[in-house]
Amino acid sequence: MPQSLNRLKESASQTAGPYVHIGLTPNFAEIGGVYADDLGSRMLTGDASGERITIKGRIFDGTGTPLKDALVEIWQPDAAGLFNSPSEMRGSADPHFTGFGRCATDMANGEFVFETIKPGPVPYPDGRMQAPHVTLWIVARGINIGLHTRMYFSDEEKANADDPLLNRIEHRHRVATLIGKRDGDVVTFDIHLQGDDETVFLDI
Amino acid sequence: MSNRKPETGAFFPRDRAWQPDAYTPWYKTSVLRSPQKALLSINNTLSEMTGPVFGHDILGELDDDLIHNFAKPGESAIGPRIIVHGRVMDERGRGVGGALLEFWQANAGGRYRHKKEGYVAALDPNFGGCGRTITDEDGHYSFRTIKPGPYPWPNGVNDWRPAHIHFSVFGHGFAQRLITQMYFEGDPLIPLCPIVKTIADPKAIEDLIAPLDMANTIPMDASAYKFDIVLRGRRSTMFENRMEGN
Ligand SMILES: [Fe+3]
Repeated sequence: MPQSLNRLKESASQTAGPYVHIGLTPNFAEIGGVYADDLGSRMLTGDASGERITIKGRIFDGTGTPLKDALVEIWQPDAAGLFNSPSEMRGSADPHFTGFGRCATDMANGEFVFETIKPGPVPYPDGRMQAPHVTLWIVARGINIGLHTRMYFSDEEKANADDPLLNRIEHRHRVATLIGKRDGDVVTFDIHLQGDDETVFLDI
Repeated sequence: MSNRKPETGAFFPRDRAWQPDAYTPWYKTSVLRSPQKALLSINNTLSEMTGPVFGHDILGELDDDLIHNFAKPGESAIGPRIIVHGRVMDERGRGVGGALLEFWQANAGGRYRHKKEGYVAALDPNFGGCGRTITDEDGHYSFRTIKPGPYPWPNGVNDWRPAHIHFSVFGHGFAQRLITQMYFEGDPLIPLCPIVKTIADPKAIEDLIAPLDMANTIPMDASAYKFDIVLRGRRSTMFENRMEGN
């Protein structure tokens, strides 16, 4: 027998369940007085530079019904393409922008909404530039392991055409599932868990 | 703070055979909520290798004490008092410091404080059911709570969840983001649970069961359970591809 690699195994994921809001957005769940704010409810903490945008959308199940008990998190760089993270080695991100947002989908209509700024571009590991994008992570009852995906911008046609990740998508009609539709300051990004329009999810 | 340089390499690929599948029809809600097309596998980019890290300034004094953080002054939540503690590590066995852990659970009777809760067990007016903490430099954490009760749920006609605590974990990169559940040693409902059974490998299930830890039990106060959490490991920067010109 060779030596052991001495590796541990990642803890197995379990569904966030129907009561995820108690833990992650208690004020939204009407459990007041424990935390002052729900984490990730404000991404702009001051006069952040960049274009202010609203990202909104819904998550649809295999019958086309919007999920009303899901939770979405987003992670993105600032307008200059820098992340507000200790692992960011390229410079200091805008101190007035967290880059992290968390939103429970509306219990009546299933909508998630983020007030954020348009992210700058970030390089791919080989040095090519990626098109501006926002990383999303979706959990809910019935989802056994959080789903990673990305939203790109419809007003970045040229950058999207050159994007290394989008170019990895074999079935070209599926690229559209990762493009948020920009109309003024609002970018709409609907997510489909199944069906003809199933969003491209990432193993990343 | 540690002298250790922040790690910035790519994370080890996720072992999808060890992790639960998306489609697990015995857990009925997964049927219409599971992607059916193959995931697109790509190497980590900075979008996944970085992640938000939270400071102690977000924590309130009682955030890690579910017995008291929702209770009226001078009162406390009802139920067996426990301490849950452990270590957040990566797959290389290194402690993950500064990791935000958020947890939520039912009360001692198995009832959640939630609009959509349908179980007849009583609400405890002194129990909210949420808490959070941040790991120390070596990845250790602990919090106080009451032992949650098992509860029935609408899936099969008579499915019951074993007693459990939900955990949400942020590591150092967004690719490490994880939600899981902690179970309690000796609970006969564990092997019967359709949600537990979304995990195929029995060893992966065992890794979610916290043993009773008598050594850390506080006499006449609280028993203790130990629950370690493992996040994806990351390669050292020396194993990374270098960009042209670097
Ligand atoms: Fe639960």
